[in-house]
Amino acid sequence: MAGLDHVASHPKEVEDMVLAARNARYGMVLFLFYLLIYGAFVVISAFWPEVMAREALFGVNLAITYGFALIAIAMVLALIYTWLCRGRAAG
Amino acid sequence: MIHTPSTMSVVVFAIFVAFTLGLSFYFAAKTKSAAGYFAAGGQIHWFVNGVAFAGDYLSAASFLGICGLVAFYGYDGFLYSIGYLAGWVVALFVVAEPLKRLGKYTFADALNSKFQSRGITLSAGISTLVVSVFYLIPQMVGAGSLIKPLLGYSHEVGVVMVGVVVVLIVATAGMVSTTYVQFIKGSLLVLFSAILTGMILSRGLTVDDRPESMQPQTILTKPDGTKIVNGKPHGHKEGEADLRPVGHISRLPDGLKATGPLSPAGYLAVLQRSDVVTWKKETKKTDEGELVTYTPQITPGEKLLRPGNSPTFKGLQSNSLMARLDFISLMLALFGGTASLPHILIRYYTVKDQAAARLSTVVGIGTIGFFYVLTLFLGLGAMTSGTLDLTDTNMSAPLLAKSFGELLFAIISAIAFTTVLGTVSGLIVAASGAVVHDLMTSVLRIQMADHSKVRVGKIAAVIVGIIAILLGILFKGMNATFLVGWAFSVAASANLPSLLMLLFWKRTTKQGITAAIFVGMISSLSWILLSADSFEKVYKYTAAQAAELSWVPFSQPGLVTIPLGFLTLVVVSLMTKQQPLES
Repeated sequence: MAGLDHVASHPKEVEDMVLAARNARYGMVLFLFYLLIYGAFVVISAFWPEVMAREALFGVNLAITYGFALIAIAMVLALIYTWLCRGRAAG
Repeated sequence: MIHTPSTMSVVVFAIFVAFTLGLSFYFAAKTKSAAGYFAAGGQIHWFVNGVAFAGDYLSAASFLGICGLVAFYGYDGFLYSIGYLAGWVVALFVVAEPLKRLGKYTFADALNSKFQSRGITLSAGISTLVVSVFYLIPQMVGAGSLIKPLLGYSHEVGVVMVGVVVVLIVATAGMVSTTYVQFIKGSLLVLFSAILTGMILSRGLTVDDRPESMQPQTILTKPDGTKIVNGKPHGHKEGEADLRPVGHISRLPDGLKATGPLSPAGYLAVLQRSDVVTWKKETKKTDEGELVTYTPQITPGEKLLRPGNSPTFKGLQSNSLMARLDFISLMLALFGGTASLPHILIRYYTVKDQAAARLSTVVGIGTIGFFYVLTLFLGLGAMTSGTLDLTDTNMSAPLLAKSFGELLFAIISAIAFTTVLGTVSGLIVAASGAVVHDLMTSVLRIQMADHSKVRVGKIAAVIVGIIAILLGILFKGMNATFLVGWAFSVAASANLPSLLMLLFWKRTTKQGITAAIFVGMISSLSWILLSADSFEKVYKYTAAQAAELSWVPFSQPGLVTIPLGFLTLVVVSLMTKQQPLES
């Protein structure tokens, strides 16, 4: 049964530890930024749920707008992260 | 409700499942080596892998569970979508690259890369097993829900069918084919969900003002198991009755009777200003048996589209501190859970390098995020489609599809069924891998030849499959995504502290990791089993009795047990400082 032995078939990637450290730093900054906006969403929903009922964009309330924004921001941050890491690697 | 299967849905379903199994066996036959999964992995294109990420991640809980919660309780179901996606941020930005750099391929291997400790392997192996089984329950429950309207079999038969098919797949095919199967499944799931959403928006919203749509409904279950529904014996023959499908709008803004096609924002804005009929369930013990009454309630859309309308989160609308902590606890577990799921991060190793891993994650986040946006529309569409089955939230999305015709229903159900098959296969392989690779070979040091490992692995897969079948029957009727919330809590409590501290705290010791995994796992499991939610939904007490019997102040464990895992790791690591190695 495949999958029981966890062995790599391809050679391990040779990498620059300086670049790896930079990537990790970018990752941490983006993570902390997202944590902040996700944390704010959770705290507002928990303690001031009535705020979430207020109208935000296009007649849609803050709860839905914020929720969609969290999903969209995750995608944008993932793109930024990939771009930042790729840019450095090329340089 | 009794669902009558149609020939078309059975045929489409059979074609779909046969195609999936055929594809699975074809790719399995192409790769004979025991390391097939990863041998295939090094060459998989990042885009295929990215969509396969979505296929892996979007399990029955995401499709059936979230849509069901939104359909019955509104916005609260969407909170799970937000939490599940946010978890990918932790996975991509914090855990993925360092883990890939360690060059290890299971959770236990990664944790053990520095220490080579049997204690770590034992704890990580058990944790993988426990999380996999917890994650299996909602998949099996979802399968049982799907089979009912699709093939007309009972929940129990559905669960057994899935269990048998999956054990067959795992025992004969293995994991090599999963990437392609998940790629196809992920693509189809998102594509057809988008089509369904388009149809919901194009149909718009309509008022149902028939008097019977506001009639309460009852089910009396007698001690001998016979059911009386709405005062008549349960059935579809003359003189018998079945529950009516529900879910409608009682008032639209500006006195409208129907809106016609709407834009996505327009749909949400109109629903916010409408009144929707939701159903309150009450269970009573009577002399004749157990009586369940469903009462219609006119609920403002504005209330349904903000947090705090479901039984789980209703405390948010009151001033209950414990309800707020319960909510924060769940959202924390969803945030930290993804990066801690043993079977998810493995997919990072199916591409050739870190750049490809990053790109495939971006594709994965894009696909999963787009799907989660759709879940809100699918759930709200089901809420107002007049097709809901009051006895099962998990059936909302397939029944919504049925309101657009049998063909779409058959396709959506077949995709959902293959979703369950794919996820369950992966989990069973992960669990049996933990038994053979981690527990038997590494911990007990049982020397086995390759063929013996395969044989023991198959036996383990069958045993895990049987456990999954039994639990799938036991947890019948519970919402799939609610159950996955528990799996995330256990995963985040047991695995996240060790994973993060190993990567970012140099003083972490092997004893610290082992202790943190055991403490996180046992504390979160105990917390769940002693919570009011378990007393009510698993041990079947009434809500009032459950609140009284509960041993813990709120039901979701993450807020206490995740920090407890970190604290355990730090304290034990400081107590067991490593001596510098002799040169």
